[in-house]
Amino acid sequence: MSDPVITLRKVTAELGGRPVLRGIDLTVGRGEVVALLGANGSGKSTAVRSIIGQVPLTGGEIEIFGTPRRRFRQWARVGYVPQRTTAAGGVPATVAEVVSSGRLSRARFGLLRKADRDAVGRALDLVGMADRAKDSVDALSGGQHQRVLIARALAAEPELLIMDEPMAGVDLASQEILAATLREQVATGASVLLVLHELGPLEPLIDRAVVLRDGCVLHDGPPPKAVGQHALPGHDHVHPHSAADAEPIRTGLLS
Amino acid sequence: MDFLAYDFMQRALLAAVLIGITAPAIGIYLVQRRQALMGDGIGHVAMTGVGLGFLLSTSPVWMAMAVSVVGALIMELIRWYGKTRGDIALAMLFYGGMAGGVMLISLAPGGSTANLQSYLFGSLTTVSPSDVTVICWLAAFVILVTVGLRRQLFAVSQDEEFARVTGLPVRALNLLVAVTAAVTVTVAMRVVGLLLVSALMVVPVAAAQQLTRSFRATFVVAVAIGVVVTLGGTVTSYYKPVPPGATIVLLTIAVFIVLTLLATPLARRRARAATTPAGDPAECAIPGQQAPVPSVRG
Repeated sequence: MSDPVITLRKVTAELGGRPVLRGIDLTVGRGEVVALLGANGSGKSTAVRSIIGQVPLTGGEIEIFGTPRRRFRQWARVGYVPQRTTAAGGVPATVAEVVSSGRLSRARFGLLRKADRDAVGRALDLVGMADRAKDSVDALSGGQHQRVLIARALAAEPELLIMDEPMAGVDLASQEILAATLREQVATGASVLLVLHELGPLEPLIDRAVVLRDGCVLHDGPPPKAVGQHALPGHDHVHPHSAADAEPIRTGLLS
Repeated sequence: MDFLAYDFMQRALLAAVLIGITAPAIGIYLVQRRQALMGDGIGHVAMTGVGLGFLLSTSPVWMAMAVSVVGALIMELIRWYGKTRGDIALAMLFYGGMAGGVMLISLAPGGSTANLQSYLFGSLTTVSPSDVTVICWLAAFVILVTVGLRRQLFAVSQDEEFARVTGLPVRALNLLVAVTAAVTVTVAMRVVGLLLVSALMVVPVAAAQQLTRSFRATFVVAVAIGVVVTLGGTVTSYYKPVPPGATIVLLTIAVFIVLTLLATPLARRRARAATTPAGDPAECAIPGQQAPVPSVRG
């Protein structure tokens, strides 16, 4: 891991006076796919939001592409997918309009040239939403909505993707499309940090899992083996289930 | 069209059109951020400015602008820092602004709350040539911001957190929206009055979105509605003894109701188009059963 794209050292943060991160160390290497796991309230979303500068730090340091976060300006290299239950604003907006806003980091003075519009079209193609470009985002299902948010992040053609629970509330068809999209991004050399509740269909892509509990890193290494509900229909990915070594890792970490 | 022969009507119509354009143009971003009532709040705060203008014998319009810009900036700061008690702080700002205006004007020599009437409800036909010049400059500023920075403002108003990660200066843009809204309120003060200005910022946008699916179309239709109702209200008040401000607002609400009634069948057709085929093939039903679309939101 000679060339990290994200580095967190002894990061602490609080929300409303309550410590949420209590000294997190985390690195994401170039081309690596790292999953941030943990129960609700373990601090995984806060960790991600501290990286993008949405949560102020009380201690420690964060570097993005080797630059301290405070001085980092090359946001076009970062694609961010926020955690969302609803992304619609108070005014109608089309899928293309929402995805275009992801291109602003590359567009000078907010002018979208042909190359920018092409990039938006490619991002929509990647998530299989090109035919819905002119539809209002209000008319989409939760899964389609999430695909739009991911297209928005991809519109800037980022080298690093940061995703907060991209699979939450997403139907199976969309999950498969998202997994395929991510696979393509990783194949082209993108680095990914994603917050997940469970590994799900993304499991084969993940190089490393970092498990948080109470704002501390509990596990940093190969992803825990999937058991239980991952054996349900719909999880058609094939991987050897060995109940003996799977069970102990899973227990207490993710439930 | 004999009303066009009068200078005061020409000025009134010009002022009305400029308000018809600018109020929905900035209002759409407030509606998008779900801050539809911010214009109303700024209007209340501007009252203190009007009162201060009377007390210091300076122009109430410029004082109202200065005070409402400060008020809008404070509201924006409260939105950042006062997450839990923010609404209480805003309520105090609104009603403090209103009460301050009434108090200051009663302290002014020869001042009474009767002076407030034209600022509260507008007095379009008394717009002077110098008023028109001011309104033109301010309207140019508002149009420049709302059209020139539409992509940035759209991104910030749609999803602030994401906008920050695209490197946009989110705080500066939010402050710019607040200042632009304050400017619009004071510009519109002469036309519809401080108490009714928020209606022109919000209702044309709400009416437009009954018909539209995109932000761009909503913007265009809302501005068109704004121009039609401000012109319509002004002309009506020429022929009938009705106050132009109230006429404009009631016309806007009438347009909203008509468009809503017209749009209901349209929305139904669109909903049907959205749920039939071309959707997700994953959610197919067991034969003989209606496709259960799983609700993903709690």
